[in-house]
Amino acid sequence: MSVLATVRPDSWNFPVFLHVLGAMILVGAVLTGASTLAFARGDNRMLRLGYWSLLAVGLPGYVIMRIGAQWAASREGFDEEGAPEPTWLGIGYLIADIGLLVFLIALIVGGVGVYRLKTGKGAGLLKGTMILSLLLLAAFIVAIWAMSGKPD
Amino acid sequence: MSFDDWILALHVLSAFAYVGGIVLFWILVVAVRRTDLPEDTIRMGPVGRVGNASVGIGAGGTILLGIFLAFSYGGYNIWDGWIIAAIILWFVAAALGRRTGEAYMEGMNKALELQSAGQTGPNAELGALNRTQSGVVLHALASIVVLLILIDMIWKPGA
Repeated sequence: MSVLATVRPDSWNFPVFLHVLGAMILVGAVLTGASTLAFARGDNRMLRLGYWSLLAVGLPGYVIMRIGAQWAASREGFDEEGAPEPTWLGIGYLIADIGLLVFLIALIVGGVGVYRLKTGKGAGLLKGTMILSLLLLAAFIVAIWAMSGKPD
Repeated sequence: MSFDDWILALHVLSAFAYVGGIVLFWILVVAVRRTDLPEDTIRMGPVGRVGNASVGIGAGGTILLGIFLAFSYGGYNIWDGWIIAAIILWFVAAALGRRTGEAYMEGMNKALELQSAGQTGPNAELGALNRTQSGVVLHALASIVVLLILIDMIWKPGA
């Protein structure tokens, strides 16, 4: 059964909604961050916009997504001891956890880059943030596919 | 995964592209309000085109694959109330999105006009166009309608 196609008990819907909404905000912010950094061509204003998209929109999106995920998993009984973990859920957790690590690295590298923009440097570091953001986008596509298509 | 599961996964991916594009435009709406320079306005053009592609692919994918699923997926029918509501809301969101785009293109067109005339300094008219109130209201309305579609898809009232 699939996330959006299933008719769930009403008490599950809000956590799922929160999870999906947070994930959509995260995807939008990472898409904005990656594309703004890619098209910045060394312009400080665009580089800062790309970075702040990730920090001010993407990070809260991740937090909402992750809280919703844990809440939904709890409501559906996946966090009970001995409960089997479906493949799609394992893929989701794996990408969320590794994705957070990559996201934080991208934010730290980008933060240093933005700080160094004051001295005319830092664009290279923000290019690194852009590459990590593109990797995250690719991983998110796999996660969305797994969470919605529910492969065995 | 069955064929329907693949279509559903693509439908959901399309929804993410759609909402992701709307989030992108919210960030641009906030960013463009702070500038009255033609160069800064024009520089946001390529990012806007990424947003247009994301919204276009997302909106097209959700409606086409969604209608396919309504016919194909067991237990649901195209005349179910929540599916009809989603289709109506989709058309409302599309109309609002088109008008939002038109509102913000006025600023972009003005910036291009100023640049081609060799005027690179701050321009009050450009600043006013970039801070369009109707554009913000239309984008907020489009976002609320898309949010209603998401709520409809998750709660499926009447299903």
